[in-house]
Amino acid sequence: MAATKKHRRYGMVVDIDLCTGCGACMVACAAENNVAPAPERATDRTGITPMRVYPVHNGAPGDRRQTAFLPLMCMHCSEPPCESVCPQQAVELDEATGIVTQMPQRCLGCRYCMTACPYHARYFNWWDPQWPVGMEATLNPTVAPRSRGVVEKCNLCASRLHAAEDQATAEGQPMPATYVSACVEACPTGAMVLGDLDDPDTEAHKLAKAEGTFQLLAKLGTRPKVYYHSSRPWVRSLSERNAKEQAHA
Amino acid sequence: MPSFNDRNLIPRGLERCSLQGFALRLAPWLLLFAFGAYCIYLCLRFGLNQTNMDNRFAFGLWIFLDLTVIALGAGAFFTGFLLYLMKWKALKSVINSAVIIGFVCYSGAMVALAVDVGQPLRAWFTFWHPNVHSMLTEVSFCITCYLTVLAVEYIPILLKNRKLKQIPSFLVFEFELHKVIPVLAAVGTLLSFFHQGSLGGLYGVLRGRPFAYREGFAIWPSTFFLFILSAIAVGPSFILLTTKLAEKLSRKPLVRGGVYQMLGKTSGVLLTVYVALKSVDTLIWLNKTSQAAGFTPFEFYTFKPFGTWILFAEIVLLGLVPALLLLSSRMRARPAVLTGAAILACCGVALNRFVLTIQTLALPTLPFDEFLSYFPSWQEFGVFAAVLAYGVLVYAVSFRYLPLFPDEKQLTAPVETEELEYVSRS
Repeated sequence: MAATKKHRRYGMVVDIDLCTGCGACMVACAAENNVAPAPERATDRTGITPMRVYPVHNGAPGDRRQTAFLPLMCMHCSEPPCESVCPQQAVELDEATGIVTQMPQRCLGCRYCMTACPYHARYFNWWDPQWPVGMEATLNPTVAPRSRGVVEKCNLCASRLHAAEDQATAEGQPMPATYVSACVEACPTGAMVLGDLDDPDTEAHKLAKAEGTFQLLAKLGTRPKVYYHSSRPWVRSLSERNAKEQAHA
Repeated sequence: MPSFNDRNLIPRGLERCSLQGFALRLAPWLLLFAFGAYCIYLCLRFGLNQTNMDNRFAFGLWIFLDLTVIALGAGAFFTGFLLYLMKWKALKSVINSAVIIGFVCYSGAMVALAVDVGQPLRAWFTFWHPNVHSMLTEVSFCITCYLTVLAVEYIPILLKNRKLKQIPSFLVFEFELHKVIPVLAAVGTLLSFFHQGSLGGLYGVLRGRPFAYREGFAIWPSTFFLFILSAIAVGPSFILLTTKLAEKLSRKPLVRGGVYQMLGKTSGVLLTVYVALKSVDTLIWLNKTSQAAGFTPFEFYTFKPFGTWILFAEIVLLGLVPALLLLSSRMRARPAVLTGAAILACCGVALNRFVLTIQTLALPTLPFDEFLSYFPSWQEFGVFAAVLAYGVLVYAVSFRYLPLFPDEKQLTAPVETEELEYVSRS
């Protein structure tokens, strides 16, 4: 009997205590998603980093100072503020996977979604993508490069999900409860876990429910599907802007 | 070689400067427009990397410009509404000018918007795959339809040109168009009403930006209604200012004094209602909406230079003060006060649009975010200049060749009438 398709709600849990800030996830993400090398004039505010590691510290002076690293990507909100604002339906919350998808082919480049996103997880292609001669050979054939003038963001490695789905279907299995995104694969400390947040058997579900897990700006009502975990209270205070114990960039 | 003379194109009975003088005065604006057109070319050819906008400051000078000129251009639909639907006949003397101001503002904003998007050729996607939940869809539909209405309203004024009037079919066409002008005014009012509102809604719905987010009525945030109200409040003020400027530059009286009083009073009454509602809205936002989102009141105003002074300037200095000045008939009677108050009111609406567009993006949302700054590139200023120069050029050419102010002939001709009477008596 063919396996029936079940809806999933993929999400991620990042253990900040395990993150060393090495940036491997950022590199892996760019390589996986065919992000072109940044032109010379690009700055940290015009480059494309669908996965971006922010260094944060507790604001204390001297030897009491503590630093942590917070990988930030699209939160794949269950109530995405970017979806409703797009004038031409280039943003969609996929009900079958919970992934907020971006269709660059339909994007007008109005950047309204970027102003709507409180996590600043959306990036605009300010330049034509160009690869140095010979580097085209490294392009990932499963991901289409984006043109100048459109917005892009993390799609939770949708092409990898499709491959996992295809394999599951071939084996007569239902939709996989978990798969491996490029950032998860690259993380040397295993700080990131991806999986169906509604499936009690996944590690992602367990960690999302664990003590010390929080979401960013939860009060905004966006219901993010990316969770963070830390045993340190000052790190957990990053959840809200005006938390009493405030961290600093 | 015979020199070209445009005397035959100028409306009968109106005095205009020589063609050379006119060309000389327009030359700087033409140069500015050419520079702006070059900037537009740069942005379209090489992309938005020509600007100083970035992933964090995704909107900049142009959106501020769009929102401001469209608010100021509201005088067109509102004057049409008052004249054709409310039957305020005195406004007939400024309606032609108001229509052209509206046309210039809306078409200018349209050009800036076309440059501002990353893929202008995909603009039609909005009509093909519209997201009915997006305020930007509403903006796109309304601005396109209303610009069409304004263009149709412009045609009868254009056909009043002395030379064009000589073509019989044009005369018939103009006559027929006049019959439907009240219908167009009503359609324009409806479209512009929603357009002004949806521009306000554009930011008001952003729940990810607690500085801009507002609760409201049904699907519309309070900014939807406040934008409509502020636009119709300053629209008449802007018509007043542009007419006064045209009078000053042409050194001629163009409308009767009563019209200015009427425009000023309309602005005053509406501005008073706006300031009252804006104050209530600000209090609700500070004490309820932003706190529910996890942001403490006045936290937004801890980042310099955007202190609480900006709130005071917007609501009191550039809101309440001009509202009271325009409300008082004694103050309004003084031309300098009337002009000054109208300028303050227009600055107030510009500051309101600035706060909502620029301050919203500058303020941090994440706990580890920083306050951001942005300064437009010369190419952005260039496009801004192109829109400004385009407006001046269209208005100046229209003023020269079309009867923009129906009262001008009478107001500038009394000496001649007396002379004629003297001649006939003797």
